[in-house]
Amino acid sequence: MSNYIPVLLFLVAVLGLTGLMMAMVIFLGPKRSNPDKELPFETGSAPSPGDARERYPVHFYLVAILFIVFDIEIAFMYPWAVKFRQLGLFGLVEMLVFAAILMFGWFYIIKRGALKWK
Amino acid sequence: MDWFIIIASMVKMLAVIAIVMGLATLLTWVERKQSAVMQDRLGANRADIFGLRIIGLFQPFADAIKMITKEDFVPPFANRFLHTLAPILAFAPVLFVFTVIPLGPPLEIAGRTVTGQIANINIGLLFIFAFGGLAVFGSVLAGWGSNNKYALIAGIRASSQMISYEVCLGLSLVGAIMIYGTLDMTEMVIGQSGHWFGWLPRWGLFMQPLAALLFLPAAIAENKRIPFDLPECESEILGYFVEYSGLRAGMFMFAEFVEIIFVAALFTVVFLGGWLVPWLAWDGFHFPWGGMWYLPIWIVKMLEFAAMFIKIAFMIYFMILIRWTLPRFRYDQLMRLGWKYLLPLAMLNLVVTGVVLVLLR
Repeated sequence: MSNYIPVLLFLVAVLGLTGLMMAMVIFLGPKRSNPDKELPFETGSAPSPGDARERYPVHFYLVAILFIVFDIEIAFMYPWAVKFRQLGLFGLVEMLVFAAILMFGWFYIIKRGALKWK
Repeated sequence: MDWFIIIASMVKMLAVIAIVMGLATLLTWVERKQSAVMQDRLGANRADIFGLRIIGLFQPFADAIKMITKEDFVPPFANRFLHTLAPILAFAPVLFVFTVIPLGPPLEIAGRTVTGQIANINIGLLFIFAFGGLAVFGSVLAGWGSNNKYALIAGIRASSQMISYEVCLGLSLVGAIMIYGTLDMTEMVIGQSGHWFGWLPRWGLFMQPLAALLFLPAAIAENKRIPFDLPECESEILGYFVEYSGLRAGMFMFAEFVEIIFVAALFTVVFLGGWLVPWLAWDGFHFPWGGMWYLPIWIVKMLEFAAMFIKIAFMIYFMILIRWTLPRFRYDQLMRLGWKYLLPLAMLNLVVTGVVLVLLR
């Protein structure tokens, strides 16, 4: 586990560096405010009324769900790929079955038009 | 507690931070200068110190001072905490993943082997995907925290694009992992040593050409650069950091340049043989036509460091060339490319690699 001590040290260094940059922003910059500056920027015209956090297209939600499905599958593939040479033909066939089921699902979502953007 | 490892890694940390931050600063100038060359302009050449200009090389320093001393502005309608957290979350992960990238060959110091990466952990690539994926939160929180309609939509667009291409990014490298049989980045490079037919280096690019071809666009999309810069597109449709100014916006920009270096370094390690120089062994060059050129070990190591940086510099330059050459994709084209072409091709690459590896056994 001692190999992971440098990881923690570097995490501290990186967070310290970004924190330092943020601190410089907050303490060095001047602060001059006026009502016009405090409006939301919408390409120069007067901002549209209402809160920004409204509903947005459901497609993005679908993409997120698909990402979870495929990314977990890739997480399964990493240990398999590392040990692939030891597993040999058995490992290959196992993963081919897994990939075939998954690509069938991929084919299904394409056919159902989950990724069609209007 | 092994103090030797800790002190060595501290030295490497300082070196990595200095190299990466210095190079990223320089890249802001290189990109402007390259665009000027390609558009027949002069580019940034005015910044000077006591009248000394050196083709505008002081421009990054001028930019840095300008950004730091700009007004610190958080919109009153925004969520102050998330608005401040977003640039940190965009910047910290892309610098943190350099933990496992070897920027040079292993060295023998005081009878111990010191690898080129900060932490000597055997989960290299997994670590990169685990922490590199965190950068998505930077763009989402920037959009959400700003509470601006354009920024929110752009943040969601950015997250959607980044997670889509993360799938291709992860899948395109599985074939390479199958060949090297390891996730450790130093061992990956060592696994690429040797030659075919006595002259062709056994680099990942020649073993996994399709994977390299899929990895590069996916990585550029992950980095949100042209031709995949829909989340940002500073000039036309508004990006997720519309409500950011000064160094807060600068941190997003800086994160992009650090990620260029990171993508170039990762591509170099996985596909371009890392620090390996063709025909160079530990004792000198062994030319395929039978000649030999003996070199002392320290010159060999120097050459290997130089090779690493030349390869990284080439990949960075290539990405900058792409940026100033190609037009932007439309959003549906982007999604179609990611899900309908890159993903099945990456899967095909994996299957072909598996079949070939089993047949060759």
